[in-house]
Amino acid sequence: MSGVPIGWYIALSAVLFTTGLVGVLVRRSVVVMFMCIELMLNSVNLALITFSRLHGNLDGQVLSFFVIVVAAAEVTVGLALIVNMFRLMGSTDADHADRLRS
Amino acid sequence: MIGLLATAEGGFSGEYVQAAAGTAIDFAWLIPVVPAVSAAVLLLFGRRIGKVSAAIAITAVGFSATLSTAVFLQLAAAPEDARNVVLVVAEWLPIGSFQVDWALLVDPLSGVMLLLVTWVGLLIHIYSLGYMDGDDLYTRFFAYLNLFVASMLVLVLGGSLLVLFVGWELVGLSSYLLIGFWFSERANATAAKKAFIVNRVGDVGFMIAMFLVFSALGSLSFADVLPRVDEIAAGTAVAIGVLLLIGATGKSAQIPLFVWLPDAMAGPTPVSALIHAATMVTAGVYLIARMSPLYAAIHDAALFDVGLLVAWVGALTALLTALIACAQNDLKKILAYSTISQLGYMFVAVGLGLQAAAIFHLLTHGFFKALLFLAAGSVMHALHEETDVWKMGGLRRAMPVTFATSAVGTLAIAGVPFFAGFYSKEKVLVAALETPGAELIWVIGAVVAALTAFYMSRWFFLIFLGDSRVPEGIHPHESPPSMTLPLVVLAVGSVLGGFIGVRPLSYATFWSLEGGFLFDWLAPAVQSFVGEELFFNELLAGLIVIAMSALGIATAYVLYLRPTDIVAVRERLGWLYQAMFRKFYVDELYERTIAEPGELMAEGMAVFDERGIDGVVNGLGTGTRDLAQIGRRAQTGLVRSYALAVLFGTLLISALFLGGTLLGR
Amino acid sequence: MILLAQAIPQIPWAALSPELALFGVGILVLLLETAGDRRVAASAAVAGLLSGGGLLAIVQLDQVILPALVILAALTQLALTYVWQRRPRVLSALLSALGLLATMGLVAWQWVVVSDGGLVQPQSVLADMVAVDGVALFTRVIVCSAALITIPLGWMYLEDRRVHRAEYYPLLLFSAVGMNLLASSADLIMVFIAVEVLSLGLYVMSGFATRDLTSQESAFKYFLLGAFSSAILLYGIALTYGVTGSTNIAEAGRALTLAGGSALTLAAMGLLLVGFAFKTALVPFHMWTPDVYQGAPTPVTGFMAAGTKAAAFAAFIRVFVGAFAPLEWSWVPVIWTLAVITMLGGAILAVVQTDVKRMLGYSAIAHAGYAAIGLLSVNAAGVGGMLFYLLVYAMMSVGAFGVLSLIERRQQRAVQIADLRGLWRRNPVPTIMLGLFLFSLAGIPGTAGFMAKLAVFRAGLQADQVALVIVAVISSVIAAFFYLRVTVAMIIEDEPDDLAREAPAVLTIGAQAGLALTAAAVVVLGVIPGAVVELSASAASLVR
Repeated sequence: MSGVPIGWYIALSAVLFTTGLVGVLVRRSVVVMFMCIELMLNSVNLALITFSRLHGNLDGQVLSFFVIVVAAAEVTVGLALIVNMFRLMGSTDADHADRLRS
Repeated sequence: MIGLLATAEGGFSGEYVQAAAGTAIDFAWLIPVVPAVSAAVLLLFGRRIGKVSAAIAITAVGFSATLSTAVFLQLAAAPEDARNVVLVVAEWLPIGSFQVDWALLVDPLSGVMLLLVTWVGLLIHIYSLGYMDGDDLYTRFFAYLNLFVASMLVLVLGGSLLVLFVGWELVGLSSYLLIGFWFSERANATAAKKAFIVNRVGDVGFMIAMFLVFSALGSLSFADVLPRVDEIAAGTAVAIGVLLLIGATGKSAQIPLFVWLPDAMAGPTPVSALIHAATMVTAGVYLIARMSPLYAAIHDAALFDVGLLVAWVGALTALLTALIACAQNDLKKILAYSTISQLGYMFVAVGLGLQAAAIFHLLTHGFFKALLFLAAGSVMHALHEETDVWKMGGLRRAMPVTFATSAVGTLAIAGVPFFAGFYSKEKVLVAALETPGAELIWVIGAVVAALTAFYMSRWFFLIFLGDSRVPEGIHPHESPPSMTLPLVVLAVGSVLGGFIGVRPLSYATFWSLEGGFLFDWLAPAVQSFVGEELFFNELLAGLIVIAMSALGIATAYVLYLRPTDIVAVRERLGWLYQAMFRKFYVDELYERTIAEPGELMAEGMAVFDERGIDGVVNGLGTGTRDLAQIGRRAQTGLVRSYALAVLFGTLLISALFLGGTLLGR
Repeated sequence: MILLAQAIPQIPWAALSPELALFGVGILVLLLETAGDRRVAASAAVAGLLSGGGLLAIVQLDQVILPALVILAALTQLALTYVWQRRPRVLSALLSALGLLATMGLVAWQWVVVSDGGLVQPQSVLADMVAVDGVALFTRVIVCSAALITIPLGWMYLEDRRVHRAEYYPLLLFSAVGMNLLASSADLIMVFIAVEVLSLGLYVMSGFATRDLTSQESAFKYFLLGAFSSAILLYGIALTYGVTGSTNIAEAGRALTLAGGSALTLAAMGLLLVGFAFKTALVPFHMWTPDVYQGAPTPVTGFMAAGTKAAAFAAFIRVFVGAFAPLEWSWVPVIWTLAVITMLGGAILAVVQTDVKRMLGYSAIAHAGYAAIGLLSVNAAGVGGMLFYLLVYAMMSVGAFGVLSLIERRQQRAVQIADLRGLWRRNPVPTIMLGLFLFSLAGIPGTAGFMAKLAVFRAGLQADQVALVIVAVISSVIAAFFYLRVTVAMIIEDEPDDLAREAPAVLTIGAQAGLALTAAAVVVLGVIPGAVVELSASAASLVR
């Protein structure tokens, strides 16, 4: 940690978060969109651990563990949904799921 | 002015007492509850009950009528300063400083309204026995009638603005059920919807007014609010007054919200008699009379006299709809426009601060207009639901009772002396006569009196007199006794009803502000603020109005009842006959001066009706729709665009936070 | 031994007891389902373990009441399992219902204790993680009663769709646990976990009809957007932690107030706001709502609308009205703007809908806007009014969607407004009920919806939010249009021939009871709401 100023970690985390966010908006493959969300979660983990270090308490690290667990649970549910959608629609293109609208 | 002194002495007391246990007033809550329970029973078990349902419904209303009478008598027996009785039935919202109870207010004002609503309601229930006989939805009709009466009674008895509002909304709801009763016809459903929506527009005014009252005084109970209206800041008071007026125009079908009433004639005729003549449409008048201390305070503050605005709304409505009524051919629509016009009179009186005159006209109008509607129903019943007055005529022989009672009703509404309508209309006009700045309103009122006499005589002549124009194959017959009995009762009311507001044979109580029993009776409940400056001789003014009415009747006679023995008359009169034959060229004159402009005006009104008010109502609808279409386009169904919306929202929030920081610090 | 006892962290069991009980029942239901034919044995094992533990506690710890209750519960579940061992769905539904009732009992007990003083020992590990206060307790009641009524409705609907699978009940209970937890979270970590627990359950429940493409699509959209928004919420939490050095809501609030209006503070608050606004479906974070509400199985939609909204607004209260109250100047204008566009947008967009479920979805958006008035009042009256509003909304929403699921069941497809024509003739009782719920949603006096609106409007006026209340009134007038349209179709219009031939729908007894309960609640809360309004007001005054 020493040597690299804390601002850089936060900046990296922000860059990763934005990457993930833009990815969700521009990619059409459901799986990639989902990966982008995971990227967003992990960028938060980075920020949390940095802040934890900055403040010298463990709250951030505790939360980042929970984030990892929750992300795993989300993967389970999300992939199951995606697989089932693929079985029904024959595609993982997010733009094909537009029966519900207006 | 003796009369004014009398009102000032016994004026609005602002003192309220609690109901004594065990007395009739203590049970006043049963008056609305019993018909409501009956309605519930009929709706739930109607199919099993069958024909007995009518008996249940009539018994329930009969009970309310009896109890109302007992309450009224007890009130009359009480000393004058103990006639504003508050009855807390149950706690409703007991939180901190905000206390709204299911409270009833039994005072002289609600007392007379109780009598009107229950007794006219009872007559109309009885009339419906015959009128609705054979309809397959007989039971449900009576259930709705009961529900309506119950709602109206809640409105009348409400001890706070909130309870009154509950009644107000329930009345709107149940009238909506009744108008749309024969729902197989699409037009009825549309009419019902229109009535409901226009009323909602008015309700917005009422609700906002209620909020303002609450935020100004911290209470909605009349017993708290009315004595303390002086504490409301003048500007707020004006706003409340105008907003209540908007609410009242919605319910009482005044400019600009009158469009729903003629359409609402699509409902069954007893409904028109009950709702659109005697009860619901008078709720606006009742509301403004109930809030009279507020309007008096506004009047005194002299910032902007909302009362005068109320009177002008009433006068213009009266004139406009009277003109329209002259050009209608549907017997119920004539009555509908006439009702709006008469309500305009009531608005004039209540706006000018002579509430007793408004209530007086409300009562007499309740009698004779209910009578006329029921007579119209009787005629329609006899002619297989025919409504065009040009396909009637000469019905006096076939329907003697309906004819005679209609004659009484017509004379009453036309303002012929010694009939009820004459006295109450005079009182309304006297109010205008005595208020500085209301001279023009008096002139309009006098013109409307002539127009009223004209179109009602036309209505009467075309239906009952002259030659029969009834199509072949229809044989009119008199209606069953269950229908004619209410007609007779109401006819008696239309003759004698005037004497509650004037003292017989007393000049002093006649063409002046002073009135008979009703005026003294209402004094503790309302705050009169009518002016006291005559601008014209009262007696002369009264005679002018009588002359105007006579002129109206005479014109209708000349125009719509031809001389019968044409040949003999022609030989005798020569050139004069030519003139007479052409009705002194009145037809042409009428055509040029009244009919054509009138038609233009009516057409203009129709256009205004459709484009303007309907347009606003529909425009609100289409505007909403158009907006919605735009929003709909955003809802693409694509999950990515939703995510984009989330991002957009995030940016919006950031911008707002940023802007708030820059401006707020 | 003493050392060990010190090493084991003290956990505020009492404070968490409702969630624990509900979670335990969820696990039990899941276990009995997976045990298959050996479910009696599994049940006996659970009963044995619990009773043994209970007896031990009685002997060792000198406590009687709590262990005795545990033993009673254990034996009850064994008895039920034995009786209904061949009918696992009945068993699951019964156990879930009993679990929810027991939870409500625990909440009632907590209420009594909280009214006297605290529940949470300050030394315990999770001490500042959960807040057992009026807001939490009232919301728990809302969530549990909504879940309870959803059980029989879901039973009827799922049986009919032939998708009645075992996971429904545990999922329902788990998402109820998440909602309960969210309502009592006093720490942002807890907020995040609770949001995820409730969402994961709901994602799966939305896609419960695995062969139905619309159901799948709604689940997918809900999932993707939900995960997306929780990532944003999480970033907000991280930033808050970064600025303040604490994840505890109260502490963070104090620290943020000291930090004042720095850019990072505002960004943190903004991102938290996004997360909550998404869960409560404020415009423009509402886009998922109509789609998900339309596609999800109808009883699930009702539960989702009622429960999520209640829980998320409770968290909203705790974070914004509670901790961030000193920063009122910064966030009130923001939420004010959102509330205004939510009230108008929801009502306007609902006007053009033809699918009834979708229309109710948009109406749910408008209702979130009305509830937000309570939030914006930033006072006890606002919180109380909002809690009352959420309770009433829960009843209306569960009820309305419940009746719809009944009608859908008859038609075997989504309900359009046109399909409701002349419903009165065929099904008078459901028509009256749906009409009642719609009138209540429209805020007609005499129904609970009116009282609820009155409560929040009153709070708004007390806080001088006159413009907001006027917008709300206008919005409810617009809303009256479309509620009216459905009622007109049901009562006044004629039914088309093809509908007239269909047989009237039949309700199961449980569904009848559930709907009757909601209808009764709507009427009672409309006519004599006094006691409940007082309860919600005292709940608001118990905020920790």
